[in-house]
Amino acid sequence: MSVPDNHVPGGAESHGDENSLRARAEAEWRAAYEAAPSRQAGFETMSGIPLAAVHGDPPYPGQFPYTRGIYPAMYRSRLWTMRLFAGMGTAADTNLRFKALLEAGGTGLSTAFDMPTLMGRDSDHPWAVGEVGRAGVAIDTVADMEDLFAGIDLGGVSTSMTINGPANILMAMYIVTGERGGTERRRLSGTIQNDILKEYQAQKEYIFPPRPSIRLVCDLIRFTTAEMPRWHPISISGYHIREAGSTAAQELAFTLANGFAYVEAAMAAGLDVDDFAGRLSFFFNSHIDFFEEIGKYRAARRIWAHWMRERYGARRERSLQLRFHTQTAGVSLTAQQPEVNIARVAAQALAAVLGGTQSLHTDSYDEALALPTERAARIALRTQQVIAHETGAPNVADPLGGAAFVEWMTDEMERRATEVFEHLDKLGEGSILEGVYEGIANGYFVGEIADSAYRFEREVNAGRRIIVGVNACTDGDDGDTPILYIDEEVEAQQLARLAEVRRRRDGDAVAAALGRLVSDAADPTVNLMVPIIDCVRVEATEGEITGALEGVFGTYTEPAIV
Amino acid sequence: MTGAAGSAAPGEQAGTQPVRVVLAKLGLDGHDRGLKVVARMLRDAGLEVIYLGLRQTTESILSAVEQEDAEVIGLSIHNGGHLTLAPRMVEAVRAAGLDVPVVVGGIVPDKDLERLRTAGVFAVLGPGASAAEVAQRVRAAAAGRP
Repeated sequence: MSVPDNHVPGGAESHGDENSLRARAEAEWRAAYEAAPSRQAGFETMSGIPLAAVHGDPPYPGQFPYTRGIYPAMYRSRLWTMRLFAGMGTAADTNLRFKALLEAGGTGLSTAFDMPTLMGRDSDHPWAVGEVGRAGVAIDTVADMEDLFAGIDLGGVSTSMTINGPANILMAMYIVTGERGGTERRRLSGTIQNDILKEYQAQKEYIFPPRPSIRLVCDLIRFTTAEMPRWHPISISGYHIREAGSTAAQELAFTLANGFAYVEAAMAAGLDVDDFAGRLSFFFNSHIDFFEEIGKYRAARRIWAHWMRERYGARRERSLQLRFHTQTAGVSLTAQQPEVNIARVAAQALAAVLGGTQSLHTDSYDEALALPTERAARIALRTQQVIAHETGAPNVADPLGGAAFVEWMTDEMERRATEVFEHLDKLGEGSILEGVYEGIANGYFVGEIADSAYRFEREVNAGRRIIVGVNACTDGDDGDTPILYIDEEVEAQQLARLAEVRRRRDGDAVAAALGRLVSDAADPTVNLMVPIIDCVRVEATEGEITGALEGVFGTYTEPAIV
Repeated sequence: MTGAAGSAAPGEQAGTQPVRVVLAKLGLDGHDRGLKVVARMLRDAGLEVIYLGLRQTTESILSAVEQEDAEVIGLSIHNGGHLTLAPRMVEAVRAAGLDVPVVVGGIVPDKDLERLRTAGVFAVLGPGASAAEVAQRVRAAAAGRP
């Protein structure tokens, strides 16, 4: 091993009892570090100075409560997954973008669906007019899913699908796509967002009311826990809470509270916490206030580890470790002087890496204007590659750990989040899940988020907060950025595709499968993944499956609260 | 109570009655941060906001306009559906025999502005519009001044 002997500076200087604890932590860390793979033989600065893998005090990276990272060697073992979110037009259009991203060195796929798909509706639904293929890819049936992944080995790639209300349906379509292409479900690897709680709080892509939705979430968790060991059945997402206007501390608090709520729901559904907790993952925003973001990630890991062990009785180490994906803040991008967004994204991406993210999406500079062009998406990927291969930032685990300001910010984030947990715990009379339900019903989450969004907007308006190119440094905006246009033919193409599937399939088989889904939905002990997969196999559409479930579960409408 | 604004023509109300504006999102788009911020901005600027929120239809918006005697419709669109949704709203207003201007807020590429104007959209407010500008444009719409 090429790690220099002084790999933990300070370790040799102190004495006494504390010293033996320290020596033990250090020995344990070293053993774990040496057992971990390393992506190169040695690490040094560009001037040739050899680098220790970690600096500062215990607990070290990979040690409880994982404030400093969940792996002993962090990015020395393996860089984060560079995962770029893509989706537009028809499945065949997005398939081409996927292949381009993989060829450019992307290491995972991430699917953006259009609004009708996200809302569980077919492309020929009256609501879908004007929205088909606009903000993501249009998927109506398993045939579209097959087009989306045509020519891509599903056993060899990890796929993320950003879908929530109809998550079970899209999961079923992915499983059947695998089946038809010869990849068994146990070999499928990836993540489905499946985080319905933040939909009521922030993103607003809900279909059914909260309680039956939580049943669907738990059904998916139970199904993948039993049958798909490489799948992450939920990605508990603060990203959208932040984009909707929350502060960093609110993002942290609401997201982890939702995480606790899912843990409580899955345990109530009869799962052992250690059977599923290791497959939970998180998704955070990386906004522009650099150290606040880093403090947020470190606090998230520490809070999760303590709560999982102490409140939920998890024992397996993996159950205590918070893994997360990060996306840079779309809302921070400006339509004015859009190239400047490249600099914003670089700073935000670096914060995510210094905060120990497991995977990262960097936004494209043109996303305040439209969906990204291929060129803009490539620059966004290159930004990550510069951080990974040129800056040296990944060569030391938690390089900011021990810095007084960073540690203080971590503590402050934890303190603020804890206040929210106490509020929700009280609201739910000892249950975070019930507290979250109540906070949805009484407008707590949407109110808090709207207050923060408005405070921010007033600061910008009053010039107390500077946004370069918007309320300062405004000269030089030539307004001449090439942007992506979705061909208006997309809708017609997708409608024709859907009509063809409806024509060729066995209508009686579809009706029978949907009928069974309705009766199964009325029985809360049935795992609905099984009848949904059966519906998908006979090419029932997403809208038909949603409709069958709505007949039993009802439809959620939110009170209009400003 | 819905008669508060009376039947005076919009132009005559300036300075006396607050301008009444209906704010809504049409269709599936769930991005409501901008609309909520605009609702508060307009309230703070002294306008009367009828906030309908998400998943509205042209029918539900028109019925609110009629019930509340609203003078302006503010439509928020963030999903790239503006070329379909905004003209459809304008047509629905005309078909109902009303003369209520439609103001669009959200992400609209420069290239599409002319098409929206031709379709009868009164004004388009993009990201970066200040609170003062938003209130001024909505008041101008109520007064029928471009």
